Amino acid sequence: MGVQMNTVIKKGFFSKGLRLAENKISRSSPIQEMKLPVRVLILMQQHFGEPCDLLVGRGDRVLTGQIIAESQKLFSAPLHATVTGTVTSITKAINPFANNIVNAVEITREGQDIWTELKPDKLISHASEDLNRLYSYELKNDSKDKQPVSADVRDSWRNLTEAINEADSNEIIEKVKNAGITGLGGATFPTHVKLLTKKIIDTLVINGCECEPYITADHRIMLEYGWKVLAGAYIVFKVLSPKTAYIAIEDNKEDAIELFGRLIKEAGLEEKFKVVSIKSKYPMGAEKTLIQTVIGKKVPVGGLPMDIGVVVNNVGTVKAVFDAVSEGLPLISKVITLTGDITNPQNVLARIGTPVIDLVNFGGKLEKNSSRVILGGPMMGNIIVDLNFPITKAVNCIMLKKTNKMHESNCIRCGRCISICPMNLMPLMYALYAKNSKFEVLRDYHISTCIECGSCAYVCPASIPIVAYIKTAKSVLTGYGK
Amino acid sequence: MENKEKNSENLDKKESIEIKTEAGVSSEGARAVQKEIKKAAARTYNENELLISHSPHIWSGFSTSKIMYVFLASLMLPTASAIYFFGLKALWIIIASTFTAALVEFIIKKIRKKRFVMDGSALITGLLLALTLPPRIPIWMVVVGSAFAIAIAKEAFGGIGYNIFNPALAGRAFLAICFPVEMTKWYLPQNFGADAITSATPLSEGFVFEGSKTALYKNLFFGNTAGSIGETSALLILVAFLILVILKITDWKIPVIFVATVAVMSLLWGDDVLFQVMAGGLMFGAVFMATDYVTTPVTGIGKSLFALGCGLITFVIRKFGAMPEGVCFAILIMNGFTPLIDRYIRPKPFGFVKEKPKKVKAREK
Repeated sequence: MGVQMNTVIKKGFFSKGLRLAENKISRSSPIQEMKLPVRVLILMQQHFGEPCDLLVGRGDRVLTGQIIAESQKLFSAPLHATVTGTVTSITKAINPFANNIVNAVEITREGQDIWTELKPDKLISHASEDLNRLYSYELKNDSKDKQPVSADVRDSWRNLTEAINEADSNEIIEKVKNAGITGLGGATFPTHVKLLTKKIIDTLVINGCECEPYITADHRIMLEYGWKVLAGAYIVFKVLSPKTAYIAIEDNKEDAIELFGRLIKEAGLEEKFKVVSIKSKYPMGAEKTLIQTVIGKKVPVGGLPMDIGVVVNNVGTVKAVFDAVSEGLPLISKVITLTGDITNPQNVLARIGTPVIDLVNFGGKLEKNSSRVILGGPMMGNIIVDLNFPITKAVNCIMLKKTNKMHESNCIRCGRCISICPMNLMPLMYALYAKNSKFEVLRDYHISTCIECGSCAYVCPASIPIVAYIKTAKSVLTGYGK
Repeated sequence: MENKEKNSENLDKKESIEIKTEAGVSSEGARAVQKEIKKAAARTYNENELLISHSPHIWSGFSTSKIMYVFLASLMLPTASAIYFFGLKALWIIIASTFTAALVEFIIKKIRKKRFVMDGSALITGLLLALTLPPRIPIWMVVVGSAFAIAIAKEAFGGIGYNIFNPALAGRAFLAICFPVEMTKWYLPQNFGADAITSATPLSEGFVFEGSKTALYKNLFFGNTAGSIGETSALLILVAFLILVILKITDWKIPVIFVATVAVMSLLWGDDVLFQVMAGGLMFGAVFMATDYVTTPVTGIGKSLFALGCGLITFVIRKFGAMPEGVCFAILIMNGFTPLIDRYIRPKPFGFVKEKPKKVKAREK
């Protein structure tokens, strides 16, 4: 028990924010692999930054994992064919996450996967084989309770960490870049950019908060690929060489906190890694609030976490980093939660580019009057109307929601939005001035600091769609800026 | 202008959607394909179209009308004390005032061709006004005051959320200016049917209390004293305040700072602090009037400043003014300052630094 106390730290006084009903209805359903889709549509910009240039043309045959689009710019991540097949068309599609229109490649699948040549790291992949065997046995037999740490596991971990220590940092970064890994929490910031930073990093935070209601994808990743998450985190740790790494998990995921406390012990990384149990509050998973809660520093306005020596990575991202470094696997699939008013809420592993309709049908039939399909969680998700829209790297949840009629009434200036705003802003002013088209005034109210978490609109008694006003104002203001 | 631009942008997007769906299909076949898609969607969802809305897709459900009705429920405590101490006459005042308020709001909404929502705010205005009136005021005056409160002080400014001054207090001030004699006739509390005995309010100069100080405090605390019908019982107002704070309807800052300012100033001036706090409309005004969302600042610091100003003005009017009581006008004056306070008191954004880090900008490019 004594060691356990050392690895798990309890934290989480954050005066702002919301306590939301969790509704994590799919939390105990294991990740299921979806059968391969007939067609995939791959958008040319699935990350924060520059869109990619196409490398293939119509009629070309592509293999699974083959790079089909790339950009020479730093702020981009290459895209891969997620199935084996032929490029049937090159079209345009709206990217609801960046609000722009991008090229898209449609690939029609032929038969099963034929993988392109992968470049695994022999040492790491060899060392991880044992761990894979041990932990998958454990997962199947569900015997993780109070099992003493076997010497076997310790040895395997030692092999793995040594193999990672010996690997070349530049090679790792190159591999991460080629695998097209972006932040999988939703912001899709290219991961290799974070690894390439020249600033001195003293803290690494692995984000396993998943504060949005309903979503359980990260929770399942932590439970089922826990050791891969830790190994991936160690790879990032090796590249950035910070002093400490924190794995931040909200306290509504007790099992994950326990698991990581145990994994860190087994891996012998107690000195470098700590699990932080955080009081669950929305939006704790947002980078800025998370950093403030875990290490007590504030990211300056307009700055990045790197500016204060912190790098934050999502658990799904570090798992992808591990796969990319050890097996050379590119990012072609994602764990997605199917939830809401659906008959069979669950977590699935789907290929990027799979049409949403396939996933919806996989999760069962829509219940009656479920007439909104949301990509993402209930607080920040985007509505789509075209169910042929594909899964992108930013999607972590597909939620179906019944309509609820809301009537916008006058602002009564109750100040609730101000008292809960995690960024300390005045959301009521955004709604007021955006309604009157006085967008320029909003710069004085620091509108660019807003993270669009939706807390203000959630608490608004007049049910004013504040986030909608903020998004409109932001797009108008950036349009003026150009 | 912006809207137009937005629309044209949307049009562009729509066109590109069409291009996208038509891709790879001949133009004649496109419509058939789209029909098929719609049919397929209808088969799957029993609905032809999916709806669009904006994030967040869930809502707390704590609506304006719920807030108003909780507030109204808490007002039942001083209402009960009004009826208990001042009898049926008080009940008629309350009924006349609330009914007029709701009716006038309904009529004005119809005239302005706006949707009428019974959100309870008009009832609150009417009830608040009634509770600040003297017990023997003629009913027609109550009706006039209530109509003024809703029609002029609230709806003329644009309805709920847009009024600058607290409507109930504006109505009271209107009555106090128009009918100064009736508005200052005070009576000792009596139960149903008994003869009325005129008396001065505790704060006016002619007030004499025969008895010990403890008895005076006791009367003030439980409400057995002359004054406006709803303001006399400090105990019930305190209970209502606690309920409102616990239910997170009211911020504790305004009432506490308001009353504390008056108390501290009285202490410095050598007055009887407990008497100054409990007598008159201070408690009632601080809990129910100065906490009105619409007419008070939105930030915590702004609210504190507002309450401080209210306290100071109340003290000054009580001490040096011609009127015995100053709560009403203190709050109205500070209502006027609310937009100014909100303009200059703004919260500091998360991670705000005065000079923007230039290096970061370079990186982003």
